[in-house]
Amino acid sequence: MSEQTIHIKPYLRLAGLEPLVVRPETNFVNVGERTNVTGSKKFARLIRENKYEEALSVARQQVESGAQIIDINMDDALLEGVKAMTTYLNLLQSEPDIARIPIMIDSSKFEIIEAGLKCVQGKCIVNSISMKEGEAKFIEQAHICKAYGAAVIVMAFDEVGQADTKDRKIEICERAYKILVEQVGFNPQDIIFDPNIFAVATGIEEHNNYAVDFIEATRVIKQKMPLAKVSGGVSNVSFSFRGNEAVREAIHAVFLFHAIKAGMDMGIVNAGQLALYDEIDPVLRNLCEDVILNKNNDNNQATEALIQYADQIKASGENAGQSSEEANKLKLAWRNDTVEKRLAHSLINGITDFIEADTEEARLQYSAPLEVIEGPLMAGMNQVGDLFGAGKMFLPQVVKSARVMKKSVAVLTPFIEAEKERIKLASTSPNGETKGPAKILLATVKGDVHDIGKNIVGVVLGCNGYEIIDIGVMVPADKILAEAEKHQVDIIGLSGLITPSLDEMVHIAKEMKRRGMKIPLMIGGATTSRMHTAVKIAPEYENGVIHVLDASRSVTVAGSLLNKDQKVAFLGSLEKEYIGLKSDFDNKRTVKQSLPYVNALNNKVAIDWTNFSAPKPSFTGNKAIEINDLSILVDYIDWKPFFIAWELHGPFPAILKDEKVGEVASKLYADAQELLQTIIREKWLTAKGALGFWPANAQGDDVIVSNGEAKTELHFLRQQAIKAAGQPNYSLADFICPASENKEDYLGAFAVTIHGIEKHIKAFEAAHDDYNKIILQALADRLAEAFAEYLHAKTRKEYWGYAKDEQLQNEELIKESYEGIRPAPGYPACPDHTEKYTLFSLLDAEKHTGITLTESLAMYPASSVCGWYFANPQSQYFGLGKIAQDQVVDYAKRKKQTMEYITRWLQPVIE
Amino acid sequence: MSIRQALQERILVIDGAMGTMIQRHKLTEEDYRGQRFANWHSDVKGNNDLLCITQPAIITGIHLQYLEAGADIIETNTFSSTSIAMADYDMQDLAYELNVAAANCVREAINQYKAKHPNSKEKYIAGSIGPLNKTLSLSPDVNNPGYRAVTFDEVVVAYTEQIKALDDAGVDVLLVETIFDTLNAKAAIYAIKEYYRKVGKTELPIMISGTITDASGRTLSGQTLEAFYTSVAHANPLSVGLNCALGAQDMRSHIEELSQIATCYTSAYPNAGLPNAMGQYDEAPHQTAHFIEEWAQNKFVNIVGGCCGTTPDHIKHMADNVRSISPRTLPIQDATI
Repeated sequence: MSEQTIHIKPYLRLAGLEPLVVRPETNFVNVGERTNVTGSKKFARLIRENKYEEALSVARQQVESGAQIIDINMDDALLEGVKAMTTYLNLLQSEPDIARIPIMIDSSKFEIIEAGLKCVQGKCIVNSISMKEGEAKFIEQAHICKAYGAAVIVMAFDEVGQADTKDRKIEICERAYKILVEQVGFNPQDIIFDPNIFAVATGIEEHNNYAVDFIEATRVIKQKMPLAKVSGGVSNVSFSFRGNEAVREAIHAVFLFHAIKAGMDMGIVNAGQLALYDEIDPVLRNLCEDVILNKNNDNNQATEALIQYADQIKASGENAGQSSEEANKLKLAWRNDTVEKRLAHSLINGITDFIEADTEEARLQYSAPLEVIEGPLMAGMNQVGDLFGAGKMFLPQVVKSARVMKKSVAVLTPFIEAEKERIKLASTSPNGETKGPAKILLATVKGDVHDIGKNIVGVVLGCNGYEIIDIGVMVPADKILAEAEKHQVDIIGLSGLITPSLDEMVHIAKEMKRRGMKIPLMIGGATTSRMHTAVKIAPEYENGVIHVLDASRSVTVAGSLLNKDQKVAFLGSLEKEYIGLKSDFDNKRTVKQSLPYVNALNNKVAIDWTNFSAPKPSFTGNKAIEINDLSILVDYIDWKPFFIAWELHGPFPAILKDEKVGEVASKLYADAQELLQTIIREKWLTAKGALGFWPANAQGDDVIVSNGEAKTELHFLRQQAIKAAGQPNYSLADFICPASENKEDYLGAFAVTIHGIEKHIKAFEAAHDDYNKIILQALADRLAEAFAEYLHAKTRKEYWGYAKDEQLQNEELIKESYEGIRPAPGYPACPDHTEKYTLFSLLDAEKHTGITLTESLAMYPASSVCGWYFANPQSQYFGLGKIAQDQVVDYAKRKKQTMEYITRWLQPVIE
Repeated sequence: MSIRQALQERILVIDGAMGTMIQRHKLTEEDYRGQRFANWHSDVKGNNDLLCITQPAIITGIHLQYLEAGADIIETNTFSSTSIAMADYDMQDLAYELNVAAANCVREAINQYKAKHPNSKEKYIAGSIGPLNKTLSLSPDVNNPGYRAVTFDEVVVAYTEQIKALDDAGVDVLLVETIFDTLNAKAAIYAIKEYYRKVGKTELPIMISGTITDASGRTLSGQTLEAFYTSVAHANPLSVGLNCALGAQDMRSHIEELSQIATCYTSAYPNAGLPNAMGQYDEAPHQTAHFIEEWAQNKFVNIVGGCCGTTPDHIKHMADNVRSISPRTLPIQDATI
């Protein structure tokens, strides 16, 4: 890092789950207006009818349509504003796709504003405060907003009234600014003025200049107070054209065009319906211009002309609503998928809108309601679990998914109950009497707040007919055991994610013993392990301690524990297993044999160098390789890893006809082919590569490369395991002619990448199309690999030309049945990632390909491949295995690095 | 010398784990209870904050070990000393007293240390304000995502009591730490701002330390690091930083990012690596210190120390490694866009 001082600009910075920084280049910030009971009839009705969850979809629609902030207003005489605001915002916080953007809390009552501020973790905007009730109140409210860390909208309103002329607007804003900055200590960039947008074209002549007054006031305010922002409620301006959306949108577009030029930073708009200035019918646009700018408007001429035109287009029916309809269609494309995919989609994306209907459809398709849970719903939840584990989903999303799951289960429950009645499932308790369903108590232990795993286990077990008593998180041992006794549960399940929870679980096991309890104890959660359970928990309690790996296994474990006939055998075999694990753990100090490094060096690959003559590459040094038409890579694609990415294992193309997964695989393959064709046809992606060859000779386990005048050392590692007689200890350096032979030899290198995926990923995300998104990502990976394969083939035949007559089919390519290898730094034959630095600098790879290396030496873009080329016919891939300390010391010396550095990077291969 | 002045001159070292050190004493239920709570009606083992009252010598001893290791800032043992967190043990009425007792333990340790090392540099007491066991942004009930186990106002009341106690007991800094739900931290900040505004006193400096929980790079309540910083910047803190959940290796990219966007000083006190299958932290003192040293060299940090699993040994290595490295200088805040 350089010592350069960092500069931080006084931008308005807001935050939801993600930050929003209003920079000059941000241009105009859209504030979504539909979540306002005074402006949206639909929203008002949903809130009044207590349909809060449905009301969330109004917010979601705004976000999806591009709102960067969302304005929420609950000012309705029939509503308890404080309660409505609190309820809605609390719900909204658990919707990460909405809560990702900042909230604007909108009310004319300060108590409602404050209630809202108490619900939102991000940095909000308060809309609004003003001096209409005097300075003292204004100052007090500003202080409170500041203590909550909110930015404020100040309405141009004072003791006299609301400002309508340009001069009054400016005067009030300046006065408020001075008070806020000097007396309250507000940051100027956290002040946003609303200089009042009023309706024009009302027929009243005094109103005709309102838009001009706003625009001109904005211009002056931004000159005088450049850090402050200007906002406004845009739809007010077109109020007189209610019911004629096409005209209203045109008026808004024209108004914004001029207001933004004057310095307006943000506006409350219907985010889905902003027309583009340039795309408005020119006749309509000119009429709007006159009305907004109050031109040609003597005796309301401009107003009359626009009203007349408006009536015309209203009569002609069709208007600009069409485009948003199309967008909606696209967004709902997933609704055309199979019911399984739809359920999974709803689960993964946390969408509740369709879950009930889809569940019902699935129920009718499957033979038993429980199958819907065990099949598609569990499959969906597994995907959620995977995404969470991979850091691609975060907690609130997973909770949301669990909620969708619950809703779906709720639809099924009555049918499951009816089924149960029929077959009396799980109605026998361990002691043989008939009572209700078996009870399982679940708790996250004291000191731990993590409970997703526990909740999922609860859902799954609940779905399997058990009664779940979930007593929450951070539950002390006392309480867990007291509750267990009170409810006479059949099993206790403990969950924990952080490590101190492990000790707490041991403590609970001890307590269960002390209390003389008899019921089994299930252990689960991310830090728990079979080993820890066996070594530390199980020895403390003899009536059964069972580690449960994941939610799906909890069902079989609970089943075995509650079945009289199985229980004893199950616990018996478990005990044996755990005792075995414990003794393994206690005795674990095995010594592995390895060869001294010097001896390993002497056992190198035997290559006859005396009769060797190296094929000469067509050029030395490096160059860029660009591929414009990706279709040439298609034949080089290896599809097998593509299917593995989708957890479909098996050889390709056989997998397409596989009995079990053939159908899914074929569908996936067809979809992937379709997307691949689009990618190629519409040039979504570009392939860039770098290629190079250099004279090289080996020296021990180093290879000295001549790069023009300069010498570059590559460092390789050698296998150190004790080998069978006649087997060499491999090192890649063995495949290059040693310097001592005084003969010319060469080494090559390459790096390839696929650019341009991000934009399309975003588009798929916007369309809720995870399916195509994942296909696209998998395809980009495949294309990068195909590019590497293609370039290797070209290298063998042309660039290096040592195998000019090679004729191989794709299958043989995949089996790598050609001469020469292309191992990559970081992979088994040469696991030291830091050699990528050398590879990149030899190739000028960053310049030629745009690939950058992260601090952990991953390549970005992710779809990238690099490696060395070895042409020697005896060269082959191998795994290094573990190396011993003597080689590490030597390697550090060769690389001129500290032991610490080397040890850190080679950790996984050091014995 | 005030802590603000000290930060201009050098990197300050904050202490390491308290829980890890208490565990070494292998205390029993009886030890936790002491005489005063011998007949308390619920288990209190694990209530580490209570030890400030029942076993003050042990707590003071741990503080002293960290001082000897080279820590400049010592945290009070008050992570859970609020009426809300203490309700787990039905000890909500003890909140005020616990904070005062804890501050006294630190002061006692500092006095002992100064008696031994009369020429030592100034030491500072940071009043630790923990995240609470109830969250304001997350529902504990999956079926009812709008439900909250506690209200903002209740949290403000609890924090205000803790802030008053720490202030009365004379701590030098208020440290709002291990923030996994930003709204809880905002309630703490609100409590601080309103407390000092209402009593008309000068605010104590505020240190803020958030927690990035996992590979998503977000807080438990779902915020990105920059969103988190933006949401607490109004505290006008002395420092902002990260602690807990991650070891230094995984925290590096986040602390680097923070060092670029924070207008105030930055702090980092990671765990001693990631825990192994037995729940123990195996990162050796020199390893943790090595990461911290690299951050110091790259000017990512002004305050360093350790969280779960770190020991006086870790702190000593860190202190030794950063002693000669100059601190991160504050970014320049431009006056115009």
